[in-house]
Amino acid sequence: MASPESAVNGPTMTAGAASKSLRNAFGGVIAFIILVLIGVLAFSIRLFSVIKYESVIHEFDPYFNYRVTQFLSKNGIYDFWNWFDDRTWYPLGRVIGGTVYPGLTLTAGTIWKVVNSLNIPLSVETVCVFTAPIFSAFASWAAYLLTKEVKGPGAGLTAAALLAMVPSYISRSVAGSYDNEAVAIFALVFTFYLYIKTLNTGSLFYATLNALAYFYMVCSWGGYTFIINLIPMHVLLCIVTGRYSSRLYIAYAPLVVLGTLLASLVPVVGFNAVLTSEHFASFLVFIIIHVVALAYYIKGILSPKMFKVAVTLVVSVGLAVCCAVIAILIAVVASSPTKGWSGRSLTLLDPTYASKYIPIIASVSEHQPPTWPSYFMDINVLAFLVPAGIIACFMPLTDSSSFVILYIVTSVYFSGVMVRLMLVLAPAACILSGIALSEAFNVLTRSIKFQLPGIAGNPSIAVRMWRKENGSSTVVAPNDIPKTEEAAKEKPAKKNRKKEKENVEKKPTPSKTEKRLLVLPLEASVIAVLLLVLLGAFYVVHCVWAAAEAYSAPSIVLTSHSNDGGLHVFDDFREAYSWLSHNTDVDDKVASWWDYGYQTTAMANRTVLVDNNTWNNTHIATVGTAMSSPEKQAWEIFHSLDVKYVLVVFGGVVGYPSDDINKFLWMVRIGGGVFPHIKEPDYLRDGQYRIDAQATPTMLNCLMYKLSYFRFVETDGKGFDRVRRTEIGKKHFKLTHFEEVFTTHHWMVRIYKLKPQRNRIRGKTKKSKSSRSVSSKRDVRGKRNPWH
Amino acid sequence: MGLGLGVMRTIEFLLLIIAILSAPVLSDLILSKVERRIDLTSQIARIASTIKAENDGSSSVSEILLSIPEVQAKNLAYLTAKLVEGKGKAKTSGVALAVEPANPKGMPPALSFYTMILPKPLANGDSVTLDVLAAFTHSLRPFPEKITQADIQLVVFQDTAHYLSPYPVKVQSLTLKLPDARIESYTKLENTKGLGSEIKYGPYENLPPFSYSPVAIHFEANQAFAVARELVREIEISHWGNVQVTEHYDIVHGGAMSKGEFSRLDYQSKPQIRGASAFKHLVAKLPPRAHSIYYRDAIGNISTSHVRGDSKKTEILIEPRYPLFGGWKTAFTIGYGLPLQDFVFESEGKRFLNFSFGSPMHDLVTDSITLKVVLPEGSKYLSVSTPFVVQQEEEVYYQFNALAMLMEPFMLITGIFFLFVTCIIYVHVDLSISKSSASYLAKLQWDDVRATVQQIQNTVNQCLSTHEKLEASLRDLSRTGDVQACKAARKATDGLLKELSKELKPLISFLQSSPPAAHILPKVEELVAKERELQERLMAKHSTIVDSYEKKLGGRETENRVASVQQKIVALRQDIEDLMEYIDEI
Repeated sequence: MASPESAVNGPTMTAGAASKSLRNAFGGVIAFIILVLIGVLAFSIRLFSVIKYESVIHEFDPYFNYRVTQFLSKNGIYDFWNWFDDRTWYPLGRVIGGTVYPGLTLTAGTIWKVVNSLNIPLSVETVCVFTAPIFSAFASWAAYLLTKEVKGPGAGLTAAALLAMVPSYISRSVAGSYDNEAVAIFALVFTFYLYIKTLNTGSLFYATLNALAYFYMVCSWGGYTFIINLIPMHVLLCIVTGRYSSRLYIAYAPLVVLGTLLASLVPVVGFNAVLTSEHFASFLVFIIIHVVALAYYIKGILSPKMFKVAVTLVVSVGLAVCCAVIAILIAVVASSPTKGWSGRSLTLLDPTYASKYIPIIASVSEHQPPTWPSYFMDINVLAFLVPAGIIACFMPLTDSSSFVILYIVTSVYFSGVMVRLMLVLAPAACILSGIALSEAFNVLTRSIKFQLPGIAGNPSIAVRMWRKENGSSTVVAPNDIPKTEEAAKEKPAKKNRKKEKENVEKKPTPSKTEKRLLVLPLEASVIAVLLLVLLGAFYVVHCVWAAAEAYSAPSIVLTSHSNDGGLHVFDDFREAYSWLSHNTDVDDKVASWWDYGYQTTAMANRTVLVDNNTWNNTHIATVGTAMSSPEKQAWEIFHSLDVKYVLVVFGGVVGYPSDDINKFLWMVRIGGGVFPHIKEPDYLRDGQYRIDAQATPTMLNCLMYKLSYFRFVETDGKGFDRVRRTEIGKKHFKLTHFEEVFTTHHWMVRIYKLKPQRNRIRGKTKKSKSSRSVSSKRDVRGKRNPWH
Repeated sequence: MGLGLGVMRTIEFLLLIIAILSAPVLSDLILSKVERRIDLTSQIARIASTIKAENDGSSSVSEILLSIPEVQAKNLAYLTAKLVEGKGKAKTSGVALAVEPANPKGMPPALSFYTMILPKPLANGDSVTLDVLAAFTHSLRPFPEKITQADIQLVVFQDTAHYLSPYPVKVQSLTLKLPDARIESYTKLENTKGLGSEIKYGPYENLPPFSYSPVAIHFEANQAFAVARELVREIEISHWGNVQVTEHYDIVHGGAMSKGEFSRLDYQSKPQIRGASAFKHLVAKLPPRAHSIYYRDAIGNISTSHVRGDSKKTEILIEPRYPLFGGWKTAFTIGYGLPLQDFVFESEGKRFLNFSFGSPMHDLVTDSITLKVVLPEGSKYLSVSTPFVVQQEEEVYYQFNALAMLMEPFMLITGIFFLFVTCIIYVHVDLSISKSSASYLAKLQWDDVRATVQQIQNTVNQCLSTHEKLEASLRDLSRTGDVQACKAARKATDGLLKELSKELKPLISFLQSSPPAAHILPKVEELVAKERELQERLMAKHSTIVDSYEKKLGGRETENRVASVQQKIVALRQDIEDLMEYIDEI
């Protein structure tokens, strides 16, 4: 219903005729209905997860956000700001209010409150599940507004329709994917829209709104640094290309001042808004724009001669000031170890940084660079339309279209560094593809309309067309006489006609100027329109497939289809969390790899050592060390941390590949990064990671191996691991310091309990001996257990 | 261990007996025959007694006392008594008797009493037969109290072999029905017979009041010991046709506590041996036509459930997320919708909901239940009747006006209506503060100017389309060679263009008179001028071509003659278009 061709309505609105106002109103109503339908589409395409699975929070981070929202709705905003969470990062705890981007939780909390005050008894969970789809609808409307500012309502509608179903965005905003990005993309696009709007109108009202939208973005996502770097880049671009105007000043200066003030109100940002390098670009450009504004002002009030004098003066003073500022900046930057950049930002600037220095960032799959297929998977045909859109933006190049070009170029780079930032690319790709499609349709449908018999319906367009047709194909007016630019431009079009018929899709792009329209032959236009519609249809089919099959799995529930078509559900994670929450003491500590931290606190309501926040590398390394150590040492580490249960995820029985054994090398690496006695080569045989008979003894004796494969051999008699596709190396062993207390139905989660310390029953002499040996061992162990 | 426990119990009972023996005899009632059958096949001990009472005294008796030891009384879940009418095979149980807790004087404190009120007093020498059914929860004590996964679960049941009654009993017997499994041990008294899974005590004859003879049966019981520690039921009535029931369960395995490891391997490979005491599923029997059934817990849907339904009932088999071993707990919620007409009835202007009170689960002991009934907004005159002891159903009476049902939709409609009205008003009302301020007047003038410019543009566009007709006529000429038609077309367009330029005049003069149009005026005038020039050129071109056509000049020559004009025309068109766009942008 909201397929791209509907966007043709936009261009028709520009047709000037006697019935223009009526037509405008009609076009406005149609555009409004289309927008509503696009919103419905954006919302409903994200419901596959609810229909195919259930209304449940997905994956890892959303569980944390859900828990925070629950806390917020229960205890109110003040308790939320002051919340010190003692159920995670035991024994350190975590200050939630000051370390979390509160935008998402506050949004969902507000929705929940409003809805409940209207006597609609929705649960917090329901609100959280559907926040992301609602905000995707908002995001597509914001994309409409942005593109409308750049290239008119037709392009806007197309871009909105594309964004409503772009797979990259769907992957982060299906119902249940309750993550910051879900609202942040809306905030991002909307901030850009307000910036462009201010730039086009020069209105302080929009400038203020822009700062507020930026504030919302800062509240929502760490990606706000993208805005605060991209907009200065654009301002700089405008200044350099001589496009400085008072509108540019109004668009930029209030944003920096108000935006920075507001940003520093968000606890997680605070003084970082003026202290870290991510924000320096904006201040630098802020200075530059003032210098330029001053120069323009002086130029206005001085005579040209005086102005030259003034220029020399200003340049010399300005240089001195700049030098001083730059010197201060350099001093500040150099004083911090990471040069004022956060680890993630550095990873963006230097893609190899994380793998060298921060294994924790590198270990997350979404921080890896994407592969080519993932571009096709995530933005599909948009990848081919974007270049056409860029060309369309260049004719003519306006302030707003240059912004869009800058946006796509930077986001393409960022998406190339981290697969996760594909999400930032998606809106840009949609906007540019929307422009490209809209322009193409514009040209093609005009050609068709002109050549169809009933041309009287649209006189002004027809007239323009007629003129061109006149120049190129009537007998009366030969085309070798006119030497105007126009005819020169049209000539190649005529010559290319045959070629274009074969390559219709590409054709509209070069002929896309507003003033000099080409008229394409009727057949070629019709075929081109059909092919474009077909392209759009492919896109829709792909998006629906991606939404339904690829991105709707909640990852805590897995399903597989049996041969007879039945559905088999693997609900092991929740089985384990449910067991923990009902059958262990409420203050028991559960140790697991950090991936499962958020889920354990949210679903099982048990205290964990480490979670997905990964703010304390040493603590994570301690858990990694314990997992990589032999049973006794591991027991000592865990015992010193009050751990009662150890949870491991094991996929060997059913073939679930992202289990702890496959993540184990990261545990070794991260652990070894802090505790050097854990050495990665000890776990590798000839550089290969293996768990079969060839595996190293260190590997076969480490805790992770033992907890994963305890009594595994008895399932099939051989111990065949279906993930690693091999028989395990050490088959029969007993646990001395741990006991199995729970294993889920498909063995995917195994929970062990630390055995209590044995009573001392030995004689006195032996006891002293053993205690001496223990103490000496402890000395030897040294840094092995940081909690002693 | 077991012995110590037994001793303790015995002492307790001895004390009881001492207390009992000291109590006075109450009345002249004699129980001529007592038959007790205790069903221990589930976790609930169901004691069915058939009592034949005779009035041996002089005065008539209208109530009969039942006595239950306090240790058991606290586990009493259910107690009914019915009169049995007829004799021999034609026996039918008839009127249910009112059973009330009683506190007769001079009775030993370790006993709880209930009195059954007879419908008509029992005269001297008359006899009556009663069926008394009592159910006790938590009366099977696991013993040993902690077992491992591989152990079987053994329980102890204790009762008295002699019927404990304030009246003398002539003949009595006791039958215990056990589950079909191992019997570890049972107290052997005289006249004790064990037959398979049945144990029979008695008959015993002529025992005095408060006779007591403790027996303990130790046997294997692997059935589900599901106990709902807390159950909250919510029944929500919607007069749109639905009764929504939501039940929150907090379940624990009430049998022997599990100790040591739980091995999934053992449980999966030999579930009957290594997990005999665990239970995997519960069965709920819901009313027929239940729909929209869901089964979930705090962290989402639980996929392991099956629903079977027929016209009499809907049966739902639910499996908790994990098998429950002794002491393990879980919590879940089930919910379902029921058709309104099956449960809400109307009588005498009042509506009432008739609904079962307890849990629909099979073999589930409920320790604490909260029932909430949510009536629709606008309900009045609530009253509740919960005749628990007679039947496990409750009735809620209330009055409800059917019109109140339309309240919420009406509110919604009104809300949206007012939203639209506000929008309409907002659009049509001029909200500017001062009507005479300069900026306001300027805005009005500017609006006028814009409208005029728009009109001019429209007229110019019309002119352009007329030009195009002229060109079309030229095309026709080259195709058909019809010179006359072409001339006629020129005449027609000429007239049309003149009219249009007449229309333009007042518009231009308006613009000239209005000050805000000053900056746009030159462009507009230029536009009009250019358009006029274009007209002339086109006419010239037209006449030239027609002329040369009439003179039958060659195409080449015609082109040469027209060329300069054509070039001008193209340039003019370009200019006009630029101007139009420029004006548009303003």
